[in-house]
Amino acid sequence: MKPPRFGRGSVVAIPYLWLLLFFLVPFLIVLKISFAELQIAQPPFTPLFNFVDETYLQITLAVSNYAYLLLDDLYIVAYLNSVKIAFFSTIFCLLLGYPIAYYIARSHSAKRSLLLMLIILPFWTSFLLRVYAWIGILKTEGFLNNFLLSIGIINEPIVMLHTDFSVYVGIVYSYLPFMILPLYANLEKLDNSLLEAAADLGARPWRTFLAVTLPLSLPGIVAGSMLVFIPAVGEFVIPALLGGADTLMIGRVLWDEFFSNRDWPVASAVAIALLLFLVIPIMFFQRYQLREEGR
Amino acid sequence: METSATSRDRPSSRPPADEPWRDPEQQPYIAIEKVTKKFGDFVAVNGVDLNIYKKELFCLLGGSGCGKTTLLRMLAGFEQPTSGRILIDGQDMAGIPPYERPVNMMFQSYALFPHMNVSQNIAFGLKQDRLPRAEVADRVEEALALVQMSDFAKRKPNQLSGGQRQRIALARALVKRPKLLLLDEPLSALDKKLREETQFELMNIQEEVGITFVVVTHDQEEAMTLSTRIAVMNKGEVEQVGTPTEIYEYPGNRFVAQFIGTINIFNGQVTAMEGDSAHVACKGLEPDLLVEHAGNLRVGQSVGIAVRPEKLTLSKSPREGAANQVKGMVTDLGYLGSLSVYRVTLENGQQVQAVAPNILRSTEREIDWDDEVYISWSSSSAVVLTD
Repeated sequence: MKPPRFGRGSVVAIPYLWLLLFFLVPFLIVLKISFAELQIAQPPFTPLFNFVDETYLQITLAVSNYAYLLLDDLYIVAYLNSVKIAFFSTIFCLLLGYPIAYYIARSHSAKRSLLLMLIILPFWTSFLLRVYAWIGILKTEGFLNNFLLSIGIINEPIVMLHTDFSVYVGIVYSYLPFMILPLYANLEKLDNSLLEAAADLGARPWRTFLAVTLPLSLPGIVAGSMLVFIPAVGEFVIPALLGGADTLMIGRVLWDEFFSNRDWPVASAVAIALLLFLVIPIMFFQRYQLREEGR
Repeated sequence: METSATSRDRPSSRPPADEPWRDPEQQPYIAIEKVTKKFGDFVAVNGVDLNIYKKELFCLLGGSGCGKTTLLRMLAGFEQPTSGRILIDGQDMAGIPPYERPVNMMFQSYALFPHMNVSQNIAFGLKQDRLPRAEVADRVEEALALVQMSDFAKRKPNQLSGGQRQRIALARALVKRPKLLLLDEPLSALDKKLREETQFELMNIQEEVGITFVVVTHDQEEAMTLSTRIAVMNKGEVEQVGTPTEIYEYPGNRFVAQFIGTINIFNGQVTAMEGDSAHVACKGLEPDLLVEHAGNLRVGQSVGIAVRPEKLTLSKSPREGAANQVKGMVTDLGYLGSLSVYRVTLENGQQVQAVAPNILRSTEREIDWDDEVYISWSSSSAVVLTD
């Protein structure tokens, strides 16, 4: 008997419809705006499609917005800075997250679920509130400075808030669970007898880690890094609240273009460029992964 | 039969070179001394004493949870004994981690590294010893040749069949030339036919490399075929140590008798002793059963008389001069091709199993269901169990 294709199709249709309505359509709108020109009107951009004399369809594609991104080095600097901050945040998340994920994966099952709960627990409080809480911790007369002063490690408060440091703290703190969870899912599947086999063949624990555990957890590392890196590049809230005036990230530039300059076409071009910037490396990575699996 | 009876009395004569355990002068290569392992309140291994000699293929045989795997893991260094000690070639293994022991193990799951190809897997152990590259390559090749897998050097483990993985796991464990090779259920993942072939291959390889093997298995046939000696384990203790013949023909107690193969046990009391032959009265059986080589028994002592199914002779009429003869009715019959298995219910209600080779080619059965039969056996075929 043939499987009921219609039923299966209708089940996937709902998420597809959802993505179509709330992802693809807005994306196409943004794409369209990115090729328009600024005008002081409502809406604040020129239409792409015009009917001249009510007979000819005139299409006006303005690539000037994209050219503008390349001409003004604000955008390039902001892109590169975002990538830099996202990259190092990913590294820090990996360095912090790997041992935690490993420890959880190697714990007894009862302890394991408790530890996983603790990792997920922060999500019960709004992300925004947690970032605000960091202001209270990091500001000049905040908890951290007061604590360090009271135990005498420092004599005067350190300026931590509104620096790159506080942005790193905010991003690493916020995205750490997204690194830990896929890593945990991977490490938990790691067959203990492989580690024993390595030890049995003469590998010290550190060698076993480098030669067996690490290569086998590579898919987890990649998944976790993607989950941290991609949202961190476009992050807006954390640099806006914790960053200083000179912490230039593309998310903030985008915000400024939209809401301060009200230059929707350039803002849309920034968004599209950001997307391409992220999607192309991911596509390359996926092709590489498919090839690896096919081997 | 006769030869194994004499082998039991052998300690007085000179031990042959391939049976070093009979020679009190020989130093054991692996000495397990009063080793106990507890996991919390659970005693996995309880006061085990074993001596294993160089170039032996020693089997730890028992059901699941008997402690055989824990004992093996203590030899490998994955577990530390709670008390007692383990010596390998005279060296106390206490506190020595697995990666510093002259021991390699072949895992039940094979534990091949999935991200490395066959030759990388085999080379892994050699690389840990920082051997020169050329030597590593030579020895990997040699090991692959030994297990006849030279053509598969570049394959990944997931591209191999179960039997091929088993060979690679063996090659990887052998390539470091350990003093002791541990094999955890080495053949359990293979199908029956392949298992039988591989058993003999494993023995040949062991002879060729001359390494001492300790094999853990729950499969008594496997243990019988492979080993020089077997330790039968039960509930963390060693019930009996001996050659396959000794274990089969002279089980030391009821557990061993029943664990290895099938056996019929007649329970009764000793009524008289003549030298080392015993007369034993069993309820509902006439006359008394007669057993030779019964050892030191008291009159009145409760004993079990154990006889293997193939030692029993079935006949439709009573046999003249049989030392032991009982009467019964065939209640079950199984035709196995080369053999037939008969289940006979005796007059006292006891069930007895007998096996007879199918010598004649015939579709007619000489002895059939519900036939009245006589079962006889010689007085030297049975073993006395005193527990």
